[in-house]
Amino acid sequence: MPMPEGRAGLDERAWPRWISVLGRSRAKGRAMSIEFCGLTLVHPIINGSGTFDAIAARRVFGDALLADFPFSAYVSKTITLEPRVGNPPPRLWETAAGLINSIGLPNKGLRGYLAEDLPQLAEIVAGAGAAAGRGPVPLITNVMGASAEELSTLVGACEERPEIAAIELNVSCPNVKTGLDIGADPVQLEQVVSTVRNRTGKPLIVKLTPNTADVAACAQAAEQGGADAVSLINTLRATALAPRRSGQRAGESDGRAGESRGLWLGGGSGGQSGPAIRAVALAQVSAVAALVGVPVIGMGGVQSAVHACDLIDVGATLVAVGTESFRDPAAGSRIALGL
Amino acid sequence: MSEAPFGRRLLTVTGVDELGAYRVLRVADRDMPQSGWQAGDLHPGQFAMLTAVERWGGGEGERPYLPRAFSVARRTDSEAHFLLEDVGPGTQRLCELRAGDQLWVLAPLGRGFTPPSDGRRALLVGGGVGIAPLAIHQDTLVGGTGAGPQDLQAPAGRVPGVEVTVLLGFRDSSRATGAALLDRAQVATDDGSVGHHGLVTELLAAEIERDPHAIVYACGPAGMLEGVRALCERTGTSAQLALEAGMACGYGACFGCVVPKRGGGYLRVCVDGPVIDAAELEHVDAHAGGAGGTR
Repeated sequence: MPMPEGRAGLDERAWPRWISVLGRSRAKGRAMSIEFCGLTLVHPIINGSGTFDAIAARRVFGDALLADFPFSAYVSKTITLEPRVGNPPPRLWETAAGLINSIGLPNKGLRGYLAEDLPQLAEIVAGAGAAAGRGPVPLITNVMGASAEELSTLVGACEERPEIAAIELNVSCPNVKTGLDIGADPVQLEQVVSTVRNRTGKPLIVKLTPNTADVAACAQAAEQGGADAVSLINTLRATALAPRRSGQRAGESDGRAGESRGLWLGGGSGGQSGPAIRAVALAQVSAVAALVGVPVIGMGGVQSAVHACDLIDVGATLVAVGTESFRDPAAGSRIALGL
Repeated sequence: MSEAPFGRRLLTVTGVDELGAYRVLRVADRDMPQSGWQAGDLHPGQFAMLTAVERWGGGEGERPYLPRAFSVARRTDSEAHFLLEDVGPGTQRLCELRAGDQLWVLAPLGRGFTPPSDGRRALLVGGGVGIAPLAIHQDTLVGGTGAGPQDLQAPAGRVPGVEVTVLLGFRDSSRATGAALLDRAQVATDDGSVGHHGLVTELLAAEIERDPHAIVYACGPAGMLEGVRALCERTGTSAQLALEAGMACGYGACFGCVVPKRGGGYLRVCVDGPVIDAAELEHVDAHAGGAGGTR
């Protein structure tokens, strides 16, 4: 794979007005300090929630992770009120230019996160910042709940922890009462965000779902509910069938009485990510950025600085890297340096 | 256990050798630690994520996209070896590599084998392409430094005090040729073309009966590993199983490679394994072979 090329002609004047370019790098690339919801980030590349377990990475790579921490802010995986073990395997299916995952948000629950994971994450982001001669890399905690009440509890708990710089709401969750994804319906989304808004003074980011009729309307609803920023796109709902047995004809069952060919993923369906969704991300980020006044975190299939620039050029303030980190843990640094 | 450098490294293929139905991919690598049992050593059972630099993608189904996980099969002074079998678009592309081609390598990853204590005998049990980590395990247990780049045969010498018995199972004779990767292996084949006609677990049962205090080190297809696990549970034999699983990242990021843990919940094969004590598993999951989406 060729190394990504920086885009020489990136024109800052075309950037949205809330970006203030505070500094430039001395040597490689053009490291750009960015103001984001009151946080100062050293470059625009962060991670997508659930795509980089900094605690595991610290064990695998040791202090080298801190010396070259790939993200200017670190987003935790999704935390839920109660612990979750996640979906049964298999959890992955490779597609053309991407993969489908059906992980099921395994996490220790709010209490486990606050007691065990958060102190470790705080140490990692402090170490990463110190290695660069700065304060801690801002830590964003992502939370998901099936109701406004659940989300309020989660956000209220995060509000009390000074290690947490900002909160991201995962609203790709069915409402426990209506069964509809909270984030897919603008009316419901605005109500939930406005309820949760009252529980925190920290920056509140709403991670939008792409599995909706009008993502820009949802973004606007989040903004009206009081969100300080929106992030998108989450994975596109997708599924995969178990491989066909040799000689198995189209329409033929797997052999069990009356059953059609089985689904591959243990969770049934999952979410598509990777380069396969990049063009969808560009369209959705563009539509959202054109409509809302709050900053936008763009993501979806970013593999190189060129792709990150594309999202910035359509209005993203920050760009998140997700699936590409699976292929290369240092992808975030590579992309940031190429900007 | 050695930590991996942060980020994948660009390495060059020094050669690819045919070994029956398998290929031994040799990669120039002077930076990976040598194998051993100390902290900072490459532990037998640790693995690498491999990606061909050119033409990674565009194969069957426009794949591969993700890197592929392989145990380090042997470590020489200047090379790391990986054992390949063409079973999907990723392994197919890697099998096509030739000397001079370039690879992205993220390694060494995961938790490897723990050596036997108290002079207990090591029973190395492998199946198919899963024999790979047992080769470097044997090298390290007997104190060998690994075969030279042109010689796939393992060194014959043994360090007194560590007795190693090698039992390998294969589908047929072209795969049984892979037994040359290890020294003095007893072989079983499904079709009876080489060695014992039957399962490698039948050879294992006989060895355990002779020496119930031996420690079993196993790697192979899920069905074989489940057979080893169930046998060792019945006989009270301690066993370390090197598992395979469909894996996107290899370093704990994706949570895709899980296997069910005894007592509930899951283990991540990449960071909790790939070598897992058999007592931690209620059974070896049928999906723990990586079949399907990530081969």
